Amino acid sequence: MSLTTEQVRHVAHLARLGLDEVQIDSLSTQLGDILGLVDALSKADTASVTPMAHPLDMGQRGRADVVTESDRREAYQAIAPSAQDGLYRVPRVIE
Amino acid sequence: MHKDSLAALAEGLRSRRFSSRELTEHFLKRIEQYDEALNSYVTVTAERALAQADAADAQIAKGEGGPLTGIPLAHKDLFCTNGVRTACGSKMLDNFIAPYDAHIVELLDAAGMVTLGKVNMDEFAMGSSTETSYYGPTRNPWDTDRVPGGSSGGSVAAVAAGLAPVATATDTGGSIRQPAALTGLTGIKPTYGRVSRYGMVAFASSLDQAGVVAHSAEDAALVLQAMAGFDMRDSTCVERPVDDYAAALGNDIRGLKIGLPSQYFGDGLDPQVRAAVDAAAAELETLGATLTPIELPNTPLSVPTYYVVAPAEASSNLSRFDGVRYGHRCAEPANLEDLYKRSRGEGFGSEVKRRIMVGTYVLSHGYYDAYYLQAQKVRRLIADDFARAFEQVDVILGPTTQGTAFALGEQTDDPVTMYLNDIYTIAANLAGLPAMSIPCGQSAGLPIGLQLIGRHFDEGRLLNVAHAYQQVSDWHAQWPEAYA
Repeated sequence: MSLTTEQVRHVAHLARLGLDEVQIDSLSTQLGDILGLVDALSKADTASVTPMAHPLDMGQRGRADVVTESDRREAYQAIAPSAQDGLYRVPRVIE
Repeated sequence: MHKDSLAALAEGLRSRRFSSRELTEHFLKRIEQYDEALNSYVTVTAERALAQADAADAQIAKGEGGPLTGIPLAHKDLFCTNGVRTACGSKMLDNFIAPYDAHIVELLDAAGMVTLGKVNMDEFAMGSSTETSYYGPTRNPWDTDRVPGGSSGGSVAAVAAGLAPVATATDTGGSIRQPAALTGLTGIKPTYGRVSRYGMVAFASSLDQAGVVAHSAEDAALVLQAMAGFDMRDSTCVERPVDDYAAALGNDIRGLKIGLPSQYFGDGLDPQVRAAVDAAAAELETLGATLTPIELPNTPLSVPTYYVVAPAEASSNLSRFDGVRYGHRCAEPANLEDLYKRSRGEGFGSEVKRRIMVGTYVLSHGYYDAYYLQAQKVRRLIADDFARAFEQVDVILGPTTQGTAFALGEQTDDPVTMYLNDIYTIAANLAGLPAMSIPCGQSAGLPIGLQLIGRHFDEGRLLNVAHAYQQVSDWHAQWPEAYA
């Protein structure tokens, strides 16, 4: 089993992941191999099984609705590739 | 000093035979001397370490401090360390100076430990050999042509070669236990939720757990004690008192029921590994434990389940690396989509890309039920196997890996073969159970690991069994000759 290069390109787009032609080629085989490995799951009888999303079957913990975070904007923006006036800079999105 | 137990080091510090500064300088000197060949450290924080050592010495002089005050350690390079680069083995985070500390870094700093530096790992902890690191492979101190295992390869190589007395590590599918096995160390992955994941770079959030690699169960118990406990900032961290691990070490194991799963002793297991594991089980029997054959019938499905769940969670977690807020950004992006795609394409290595692709595929429209939902159902079958087994036995015992350390480059071309390295370790992560690896023999001069799996929150018992075995064996006291 292997994926077509078209399928690989589509998934890469969904993941916003830039790939070159060589990577696309090798991924179409490798993804096929990995999907071949996980295909064993389809034979398991899970008709009456509840999916397990959390290893301890815990619910979400609540907390009091109070502010616990301090303002650390400057420290966080100091490591940004490009920030200005407290904002993150990206290429223009509105023409 | 580098071969002393943590208790012996603490005693040496308290009795002023040496200072924390001298101890720290000893390890820094060894790193300088040996690490060029091993590549276990990515960042050495000498200045910070010496400042921490001086503070520890001042505390000890006043008669203050605890059992870990002044003792050095290394952190796996995915625990955020305020003001110090946290690169996670990735070009994506090569320029990332963490702006805060991980919870466990805070705790171990507060316990007075001295951070020698940050150690190497597979990129984003995805790998079983530490060969996927952007910073080059780490080598196994037992044979530098071989891998130390992964993803916590830097942690184990540093400890096995005496370049740190102990190290932190993480385990998503075996990343503490497999490398501990391949380097003759004691490694423990606690119950999911026992240790806070706050400040630990996320790979697969329902599987990731932080732990320790050390030379003995006694050393591991001391450090785990300081790391475990509730933290509000990790929504899956469990609010439950932490057992006294040091006290549990001395418990009598007479009457302990040990289960041997037939699925862990089947095809693919190296006969030498099997012989060593059988001998260790027999040794525990002479200490008064009883051995019972058990069945974990869904074991063959654990690797397939993991390679749906883990990549799915990874693809979602790693979407945060977009070239906007931190990490790598491509040069001169044409537009926002180009910024995302090229930053991610340039920043991630091939194994990380593979897993993002698998995860995106199995979560995508039309495939979600067949892969992701089905994997979550099989995950419950695997967890149910353990629940049934633990009605009969207290601890499960088997090999950690099928063989000993493999050669560098031997498995890098074939992802699926590499994934099968974790065949015995993955199930404990899927079920959220605590598990550890301890050395139980050697084959052709390479260490062999024994795995112990316990009930949820039964870390104390695992450490107890490991310690009992280490009282009657000396595999944990063996050192690779070149670093003794």
